[in-house]
Amino acid sequence: MKDKTFSFKGGIHPPYSKELTESISLTQALPPKIVYIPLQQHIGAPCDPIVKSGDKVKIGQKIGDSQAFVSVPIHSSVSGTVKNIIDFPTPTGSKVKTIVIESDDSYEICDTVKPMGDINNLTSKEIIEIIREAGITGMGGATFPTHVKLSPPPEKKIDTVILNGAECEPYLTSDHRLMVEHPQKVVFGLKAIMKAVNVNKGIIGIEDNKPDAIKNIKKIIANEPSIQDAVLKTKYPQGGEKRLIDAITGRKVPPGALPMDVGIVVNNVGTASAIADSIQKGMPLIERIVTVTGNGIVQPSNMIVKIGTPFKEVIEQCGGYSGVPGKVISGGPMMGFAQYTTEVPVIKGTSGILVINQFDAYSEIEQPCIKCARCVDVCPVGLLPIKIANYSQKSKWDEAEEYNALYCIECGSCSFICPAKRPLVQRIRLVKGEILAKKRSK
Amino acid sequence: MLDKELVVSSSPHIRDNDNITKIMITVVIALLPATIAGIYYFGFKSLIILLTTITSSLITEVIFQKVRNRTISLKDGSGLVTGLLLGLTLPPTLPIWIAIVGGVVSIGLGKMVFGGLGQNIFNPALVGRAFLLITFPVKMTEWINPVDGLSGATPLNLLKMEGIKTNYFDLLIGNVGGSIGETSVILLLLGGLYLLYKKCIDWRIPASYLGTIFLMTLLIGQDPIFHLLSGGLMLGAFFMATDMVTTPITKKGRWVFGIGAGIILVVIRVYGGYPEGVLYSILFMNGLTPLINRYTRSKIFGEVSK
Ligand code: SF4
Ligand code: SF4
Repeated sequence: MKDKTFSFKGGIHPPYSKELTESISLTQALPPKIVYIPLQQHIGAPCDPIVKSGDKVKIGQKIGDSQAFVSVPIHSSVSGTVKNIIDFPTPTGSKVKTIVIESDDSYEICDTVKPMGDINNLTSKEIIEIIREAGITGMGGATFPTHVKLSPPPEKKIDTVILNGAECEPYLTSDHRLMVEHPQKVVFGLKAIMKAVNVNKGIIGIEDNKPDAIKNIKKIIANEPSIQDAVLKTKYPQGGEKRLIDAITGRKVPPGALPMDVGIVVNNVGTASAIADSIQKGMPLIERIVTVTGNGIVQPSNMIVKIGTPFKEVIEQCGGYSGVPGKVISGGPMMGFAQYTTEVPVIKGTSGILVINQFDAYSEIEQPCIKCARCVDVCPVGLLPIKIANYSQKSKWDEAEEYNALYCIECGSCSFICPAKRPLVQRIRLVKGEILAKKRSK
Repeated sequence: MLDKELVVSSSPHIRDNDNITKIMITVVIALLPATIAGIYYFGFKSLIILLTTITSSLITEVIFQKVRNRTISLKDGSGLVTGLLLGLTLPPTLPIWIAIVGGVVSIGLGKMVFGGLGQNIFNPALVGRAFLLITFPVKMTEWINPVDGLSGATPLNLLKMEGIKTNYFDLLIGNVGGSIGETSVILLLLGGLYLLYKKCIDWRIPASYLGTIFLMTLLIGQDPIFHLLSGGLMLGAFFMATDMVTTPITKKGRWVFGIGAGIILVVIRVYGGYPEGVLYSILFMNGLTPLINRYTRSKIFGEVSK
């Protein structure tokens, strides 16, 4: 597995723009004065608050939880006083009940935060429980609760854990820096996951544009016979779960099925690192690495930011705006969300804050489709984006569904490549929503 | 903070910098060598014909868009490509007014009545040429020899009517009678390779089209090399049969398109009363393209055969 470079069919080669931050070391952001911690930062049921206005909280203290299986608790990232619980905008675009905490600058750590002891003495069940209690979700942006991913039904035989270190989104370098600077945490997390799902084969997939990350990870796993690395071709969306599994193992996850159906569990390297913290230090997920970058930022950086810190504070700490900002994006340029305000807080899924200056922020005018089929050629799922988008425009939901609209992973490759600048994925997203709404109402 | 002015739009937030105009310009550049050779072989009159078809194509497009109150889209370059392609398929002696009619029909009937760029089913330049061929059969088949300008015949005519076979070298460099831009195989190939290199066309169509013609003519005992080198085949294979708008969007579909067009061409050339088959082979497959698209959808990722 050493010398081969793995890849998948389709995909694009956007300008990666990673040179802005790829060699910049992680820096701890200044502790925030006020944090805004949404009760829902994950896919699944929102949490109920377990604190109220006026309560004192400490770092790492649980402040919200839910009975639902598909949900994770949230924790305070500062020590201080709960000021309020209000509806507040989040980077995903919706308003969510949010706990506002004012820091007292004492940085006291909650006494529930303590090392969980030797991993060899922990059972699979215990590890999964630690992960849930630490509020860990997928850190690559999808924010699916990790303990759910690690609890496949017993009839699904898992044989391999893959760590996703592809980081194929342009601009983002948080996973890259993590692997360069803390490879041991990543590998520790992987071992914990392998133990949790009871397999003895782990693979870390990394795109070949991160040679220093590959080198450092290789060093750590040199004497770990059960863990291998897989060097992936740099191509977007190499980090899409199914593409990654295909590239590394040749197994194809059928449409509508999950990685576990082919015996695989995939987690992000950032998630593995969070798991390491939760076991080694007992520290829940209260901070994450955020790549702050783009031509609209004075000092592009890789920041370790407390969950709940408003975007604007992070931006200011990176030297503020360079010129007039045109777009502020949460996440990367391919799948990230454009923000209408920088008041929104960094949440568990915020992998990057990308600021594009005003000159590059406007999209070009849409032209007629010339049927060049470039969108077809790049679609990693093998869809006909042009057809689905056309049906979407004509409100033909059934036809769009027949053309497999629901299997679109919204990677945006089709819109990226279209020479007529048609908003394909936007229309496909719309039709997906319509199809799902129709299914629910049945 | 200037939050008020932030642009909120759907992802992706970056776009490839290729666009329709650039694609069309690339096609024009790819056609230039053969165009210049055509003017060299057939003289100043052919330049006038080319300029005429281009101008009348562009003007027709503007008039249609003005009448329908649409935005004028000359700068997408598609009208220019149609005008040039049409001109290249015309005989060098054609009266100018017929060239004008060709441009009007190409754009008007071939493109605008369908709703403009991207909507047409048939290749507009070929629609124009087919119309002229039917309406002015004599003028459209008057050929001259290169350089000396004396009246002559095309290699395919010579073969069909008199059994004379032109030598390969003359066919390659284009030193034969024929339409303005169709004769120089080597320069058309060069242009085609450039388009392939620029990823403006898919290799599957020229490969399957030319491959089918080669195999079929070989099988029925004709000279396959001669067939590949003569007539408007190279221009057709690389510049017409690859027209994005009027050819399949699926890869499998492109194979079907090329093979189908190849078969039709050989049938026309060998068994038909007509020396040339490029025009109708492509137009016919253009007509089938929506159907081909429907039946050649490939499996999606991870899908198993049903
Ligand atoms: S890439 Fe754009 S222009 Fe080309 S076929 Fe797809 S939608 Fe049409
Ligand atoms: S159709 Fe969906 S999966 Fe395919 S390229 Fe477009 S966004 Fe990606």
